[in-house]
Amino acid sequence: MWLTRPLAERSTRTFLGVLFAALAVVTVLHLALPQDNALHVSAYTVTLLGKYLCYALLAVAVDLVWGYLGILSLGHGAFFALGGYAMGMYLMRQIGDRGTYGDPVLPDFMVFLNWQELPWYWLGFDMAWFAFAMVLLAPGLLALVFGFLAFRSRVTGVYLSIITQALTFALMLAFFRNEMGFGGNNGLTDFRDLLGFNLRTDATRLGLFLATGVALAIGYVICRGIVTSKLGRVSVACRDAEARTRFLGYRVERVQLFVFVISAMLAGVAGALYVPQVGIINPSEFSPLFSIEIVVWVALGGRATLYGAVIGAVLVNYAKTVLTGVMPDAWLFALGGLFVLVTVFLPKGIAGLVFKPKKVAASAHNPDSQEATK
Amino acid sequence: MGVIRLLSQSLLVCSLLWPGFAQAQVEDTEAQQLLTALADSSFADKQAVVNRIASSGDERARGWLESFASNKLARIEASGQFIIVTDNRGRDWTVQSALTGENLGEFSRRDIDTVRVNNALRGELEDILSVIDLKSPDQSSRLSAARALKGSVDKALAERVPGLIDTEQSEPVRAALTEALAIYRVAEQGDLAAVETLSGSLNLQARAALQQAMRGDDPALVAAATKAMDSIEQKLTLNRAAETLYFGLSLGSVLVLAAIGLAITFGVMGVINMAHGELIMLGAYTTWGMQQLLPGQPGLALILSIPAGFLVAALAGVVIERTVIQYLKGRPLETLLATFGVSLILQQLVRTVVSPLNRTVITPEWMSGSVMINEALSLTLNRLYVIGFALVVFAGLMLIMRKTRLGLDVRAVTQNRTMARSMGIKATRVDILTFALGSGVAGLAGVALSQITNVGPNLGQSYIIDSFMVVVFGGVGSLWGTLLAGLTLGTINQLLEPWVGAVLAKILVLVMIILFIQKRPRGLFPQKGRAAEG
Repeated sequence: MWLTRPLAERSTRTFLGVLFAALAVVTVLHLALPQDNALHVSAYTVTLLGKYLCYALLAVAVDLVWGYLGILSLGHGAFFALGGYAMGMYLMRQIGDRGTYGDPVLPDFMVFLNWQELPWYWLGFDMAWFAFAMVLLAPGLLALVFGFLAFRSRVTGVYLSIITQALTFALMLAFFRNEMGFGGNNGLTDFRDLLGFNLRTDATRLGLFLATGVALAIGYVICRGIVTSKLGRVSVACRDAEARTRFLGYRVERVQLFVFVISAMLAGVAGALYVPQVGIINPSEFSPLFSIEIVVWVALGGRATLYGAVIGAVLVNYAKTVLTGVMPDAWLFALGGLFVLVTVFLPKGIAGLVFKPKKVAASAHNPDSQEATK
Repeated sequence: MGVIRLLSQSLLVCSLLWPGFAQAQVEDTEAQQLLTALADSSFADKQAVVNRIASSGDERARGWLESFASNKLARIEASGQFIIVTDNRGRDWTVQSALTGENLGEFSRRDIDTVRVNNALRGELEDILSVIDLKSPDQSSRLSAARALKGSVDKALAERVPGLIDTEQSEPVRAALTEALAIYRVAEQGDLAAVETLSGSLNLQARAALQQAMRGDDPALVAAATKAMDSIEQKLTLNRAAETLYFGLSLGSVLVLAAIGLAITFGVMGVINMAHGELIMLGAYTTWGMQQLLPGQPGLALILSIPAGFLVAALAGVVIERTVIQYLKGRPLETLLATFGVSLILQQLVRTVVSPLNRTVITPEWMSGSVMINEALSLTLNRLYVIGFALVVFAGLMLIMRKTRLGLDVRAVTQNRTMARSMGIKATRVDILTFALGSGVAGLAGVALSQITNVGPNLGQSYIIDSFMVVVFGGVGSLWGTLLAGLTLGTINQLLEPWVGAVLAKILVLVMIILFIQKRPRGLFPQKGRAAEG
């Protein structure tokens, strides 16, 4: 089966091995060592690492479309945020009457805005299964409609990038509005429970971290399964020579749509896991800057490798945490410099530098890039 | 102690001023007599004195009566000199001579006798003042007085206005007076003929008067007023449409300015420059810097900023082209990422070097204010200038691309780089120049934008997505397309705004563009021929 095939691969096994080992080490260091030990991993760090893992899953989703389908999406932050909002809505409903205003149904911000009843699109989010389904469906549906319109009319390359950016920009503007019913500027926050577990205890945080790790592993295997399947080979063909693939009789737009929707759903899951760990979701996740940052994680790690995306996401975000703590002003310089350096000097990213894979080298000389010089 | 000192000081001032004061008295005996009469007579007689002052033809009469009405005409007890109090806060009042207008310094309020006025007189004075203005030899002050009269005509004035209309020479003043009279007649007397006069008037008071007439009992009057009101509504709708169109064109011209540089770098050269917005920002900051260098001369600074903004942005563009873009030729997605990095660096640079806060750019006097077309429609000047500037920049670029050697080279290199090079065109040089041109135009956009929006580090970011939308909508590589697309998008945005609000209008426009690209993936004016295949 396509999903079990990757498990036989050496690279996937190595990746999963490293990932699970890291999860185990962090768990042991957190639980077994006393707080004053130098090697003890605090609950704060566990949550921080959990956040990195969410970003890593998001980066894998972007790498799937950019690395293997040639679609540079500058709007994946939108799918991530939609998944996050779906989760956030569930968590808001779980607060119940423990909010500041004590309303059993309405979240605090709705009481504050004098809303009388729950808007229709909030219905059902008190049930976990419905909310979790929406985590997949909301971004998936948006990707389906948007992708259908875009791919059908053969919008690709730079055009698609700009339109995806406009998409996330439009959503950001929309979610900033109080009338939308998603908390406006402040977003959703002040969460308490997830499935009955108190979000503020260390045990839940560790659990979420581990769950994110497992989600990353599953997401990685799914992506790996797709790219090693026949569909994956067609999608690489679309990336390298779209017109030729079409002439060979493949329905390029269907392949693109399928992979795009899967990728959006993965991004949604990443967002859903991100929200309970960070404790807030607001429209800034929709900002074009965030979406384009994701792309640079992938670019730094190495396109079309999947594990490169994970490496890039963790590295860049670690650097961000350190740098914004030490000298906040320098972060944008560093990020900007990273964009330039990676694209000019490291087109294959860290993965290309360290591992020198044989297959990926081909992508640098694809016919599409020559066409564009005309 | 303090009081005594002040008293002695003011006495000293009085005695020092005495000689000049005496002289003025000789020249101005008549004026002095009039004012003395005003001050000394009883309230019953004051009315007659006021009329004498008003009809004296003295240029200062208006000032006297105005200050009299507002309790500011006074007499210095000791000398009998008439003064106008300019500042009556505190114990010492700043005063000026009523006769010569010269500043007399401060007086203790105990030494000043205010010329008394009562409410009945004040009412009279208002009418008399407006009539004085209506008789002023200056036509523009007559016109503004006549306009101010609309809605404030009362019974006494209504009797005098017809006479004024008869003697009035200037047509607009006469029209304004007729309308003012008609408003009074419709509102107070329900005059049918006057309703006719008001039909088509855009004045707020005229509408109020008609609405009052519509609520009346007389069916003929109600019918006439309703008809007049309809014609007014029609005219208002037209004016509102014209206003929306103006705002739309103004927003559109801003979009055109922001996007036209992009149309060159992205459209013609095929380079995605995400730092384009930051080049706009640099232009705006150049304007700010110029104004800092030339304090007190915002107009001159603004004019100098046009070439300066162009040069600064063009230079920055050349640096970006040489250090980043030239290595990424033929890799549009990578170019996008790298230039995005450049934009982050430029933003942070401005934040660190200048300030993270918005800077104020002064609008010179000749650009502020507005042109009044009629009473319901006035166009702000700065936006009018921006529209004009956008058109000039567009025409200039068109000329460069069509009529100069550089334009020819650019088009040749765009269509077939290898062939152009083999014909002896230095492609690299053309690249640099084109990019400098596109960037320079972004700088020009920044100079214009500094006049209508906040200048801050995020200025560029807010325009980059819109600019790309304009270029994509208009058709990549077509300057005409960019012009048309910018103006269209601006107008559509403004049309939608009153219906759905600013944010939703923007979202709807974005959605519309996405849907439009379904139908015409290559924009309004697609490139034809081989160049289109890339």
